[in-house]
Amino acid sequence: MSKTVVLVGTRKGVFLLESNEARRDWQIRGPMCESWPIYHAIHAPDSGTIYAAGASEWHGASIWRSTDLGDTWQQSSEGLTYGDGPLKLSKVSGLTAANGRVFAGAEMPGVFESRDGGATWSLLSTIDGHPARPKWNDPENQPPGHLGVPAILQHPDDAKRWLAIVQGVGIFETTDDGVSFTPRNQGLRADWPLEHPDVGFCVHKLVMSRQDSNRLYQQNHVGTHRSDDGGQSWTEITEGLPTSFGFACAVHPHDRDTFFTTVLDPGHGRTMPDGKLAVWRTRDAGASWERLGNGLPQEGAYLGILREGMATDTLDDFGLYVGTSTGQVFASIDEGDSWTEIASYLPSIASVEVAVVDA
Amino acid sequence: MADIRLPPTLPPLFPGLPRRLELSAATVGEMLDALEAQWPGFRDRLCEPGPKLRTHIHVYVDGERADLDSAIGAGSRVDVITAISGG
Repeated sequence: MSKTVVLVGTRKGVFLLESNEARRDWQIRGPMCESWPIYHAIHAPDSGTIYAAGASEWHGASIWRSTDLGDTWQQSSEGLTYGDGPLKLSKVSGLTAANGRVFAGAEMPGVFESRDGGATWSLLSTIDGHPARPKWNDPENQPPGHLGVPAILQHPDDAKRWLAIVQGVGIFETTDDGVSFTPRNQGLRADWPLEHPDVGFCVHKLVMSRQDSNRLYQQNHVGTHRSDDGGQSWTEITEGLPTSFGFACAVHPHDRDTFFTTVLDPGHGRTMPDGKLAVWRTRDAGASWERLGNGLPQEGAYLGILREGMATDTLDDFGLYVGTSTGQVFASIDEGDSWTEIASYLPSIASVEVAVVDA
Repeated sequence: MADIRLPPTLPPLFPGLPRRLELSAATVGEMLDALEAQWPGFRDRLCEPGPKLRTHIHVYVDGERADLDSAIGAGSRVDVITAISGG
């Protein structure tokens, strides 16, 4: 028997939603991590450790870890610093666990790694080399909250190859474990002037098919996009969606052509269009879209879903999970055709991830 | 020995750390050194690169706002406060 654990990172700590394989009845545990604001909580399948990136307004940024599925926690920020240099570390935005390592994407933009299960951290890269880099690190160009690296996507077959998103700048690929980087933004749209043709793109969320590492999707500030060549080029697939702005998205764990996204009003509110919560699904790699709202609130739902707010488990009849800015978690076990609210009153949700573990 | 009083947010992060303790230190910085030696990682929770106290961490020595260089007397009371933010 296995247990499904939905890891929810919120404004007030980590919560775990637990169920059996049927995923119909759920128990909530939390808050964890001393109720620190959590930006991303993940489960490392190789070690079973949960990692949670937190940033306390009082005590700064640190990464929490639990080796017993949330019963006990420790935190460490040893090595998680740019020192006295020009870059300031305000928070860790995204975590990735792969090949015995844990990556932490930070703002201002940099990538840290831990090779000892989160006890200590070391700076791996500050995405050096591109001529636009001094400008994106210029404090004068930083928006409130600063730019950072919200995501690192590890190639499944090559530990030295990974993609990193720099907010407001674009995707960069390294094939030498962070020594050098190549922009991977060809074909993306920007509705603003570009000072450098290969950067200046606002990539919100990037996902890779488990079947085909060349098949990527992204939800962007302007458009939903697909790549069939590992990110070397992009094709816009926005047509059929109500807006081109969104954050959270996920790819079907067993079908590279099925992809889910959530789009929002692109103005200042960035909430669900017309107050109706919907997930959008394509089964043909973006040629057409279906609106999925059965079981989701269709009146007065002026809520948002952030970049890490959607995830799937990996079971054969996989589950799809969405966490909202208003503290609800919705789950579907029929590929989005119908939804059930499995948590209703959590703090504002920043991230949702899923682990399937031995019961 | 100075009388050190810590905010309630710190002890849960460091097993065995009390809310109130006594220790000898000539400055606030030395006080943090002593606490760091016993509870590794303690300094990071109160200081940022510089080093300087984090923006929303306020330290008072005998009721006066202090920084890392502020002197602590043998009988001083030191209050560490989590200030302003939280929400």
